[in-house]
Amino acid sequence: MIEAASVLAAENNNPLLPHPFELVVGIFSFLVVLIVVGRILVPRLQQTLEERTQAIEGGLERAEQAQKEAQQVLDQYKAQQKAAAVEASNERRKAEEQGAQIIAQAKEQAQVEARRIVENAKAQIEAERQQALQSLRAEIGTLSVELAGRVVGESLEDSARQSRVVDRFLEELEERARTQEQITS
Amino acid sequence: MNALTVLASGGDKFEAPGTELFDFPPLFPGGPAWLTKPVFFAVFGALVVCVVFWMAFAKPKLVPRGMQNVGEVGYMFVRDQIARPFLGKNTEQWMPLLLTLFFMVWIWNIFSVVPIIQFPIASHIAFPAVLAIFVYCVKVYLGFKHQGPVKYFTNMIPKGLPLPVYFLLVPIEYLSTFIIAPFTHAVRLFANMFAGHMILAFFSLVGFWFLFEKPTAAGFGIGLVGVVVTILLTAFELLIQFLQAFLFAMLAAMYIQSGLHADH
Repeated sequence: MIEAASVLAAENNNPLLPHPFELVVGIFSFLVVLIVVGRILVPRLQQTLEERTQAIEGGLERAEQAQKEAQQVLDQYKAQQKAAAVEASNERRKAEEQGAQIIAQAKEQAQVEARRIVENAKAQIEAERQQALQSLRAEIGTLSVELAGRVVGESLEDSARQSRVVDRFLEELEERARTQEQITS
Repeated sequence: MNALTVLASGGDKFEAPGTELFDFPPLFPGGPAWLTKPVFFAVFGALVVCVVFWMAFAKPKLVPRGMQNVGEVGYMFVRDQIARPFLGKNTEQWMPLLLTLFFMVWIWNIFSVVPIIQFPIASHIAFPAVLAIFVYCVKVYLGFKHQGPVKYFTNMIPKGLPLPVYFLLVPIEYLSTFIIAPFTHAVRLFANMFAGHMILAFFSLVGFWFLFEKPTAAGFGIGLVGVVVTILLTAFELLIQFLQAFLFAMLAAMYIQSGLHADH
């Protein structure tokens, strides 16, 4: 039948009429290519293209991730540095405060010591003065009696009398001073 | 080859080649009548496409090498220039069909200028017809599936026109979509290849006849013109072959799109 049709087509020689066997061969070869190229090969390529896209995008993503991490580390480092700086300044301030405290304490101690020394000195001076006064009192007595004896021209040999006169004189003096104190108080 | 047989029976007068250029006896004497040169090379072309793409994409690598590069150029061309402008996000899904159509038609067309073969397979209308009918079936199937058996037909008609216009527009629209479109789809390719082959055969025969078969002083110039024009037209045919394959696949993409979504 195919043969008959082809003979007919050849006889008619009409290029617009398809030869039936060529239709069969045409659909056959088309389907072969559609299956081999379309069904088998194109999906493989599409998968590869997809993978390629993902590989590129994945690479970009990884780079971004790395950058982010680096930024994070940098931030952390900066924060640490900042904290360290704050701590250092705190330490410094504390040290300064401590130093000032120590100085103040030392000053106070020195003052106390100085006052103590001064007081000691004063007390010593007072004691020495008292001693000097004591010895002076005795000496002034002798000297004044001798002087008085010379002035009066009269020899007052009797020492007992002398001391009695002097004591009396001094007592009188003290008496005078006491009455004066009593009056003033 | 064909020209020689024509010449052998031509006699003394120059006769322009006619449609007998497209009639072939069985490939070998006594062979089956259906196994002719176009049939043989139609299958051969299909094998070439399969082998080339097998070499390119059998084991595709992330970093392409050699044939894969060539194959990818072809794939990208079909995807970006033919499929994507019409199909948009459905492109990947229809690439198997469109890639097959484009390279199948192109290799069949290229046979027109390949020595020894020298016959465009698509100049036998059965081959483009098969492809066009297949695309037509896909188009109508998609229309029914994606738009619904009624909606598919109503979507085609633009709305909001005055009533009388529809008496004219509806028949034209249906005629063009369901009868004329597949017909022109196939005939455009067929006719281009048919005419191209005829013209090439004519000028090469002019050259052959006047320079070798019946060389005369007067005919020498004509023969030379025939040879030069044959060379120029061969270059032109190369362009036409590519262009027709491109157009065939592009129209297929357009028809598929018209099935997937309503135009109006």
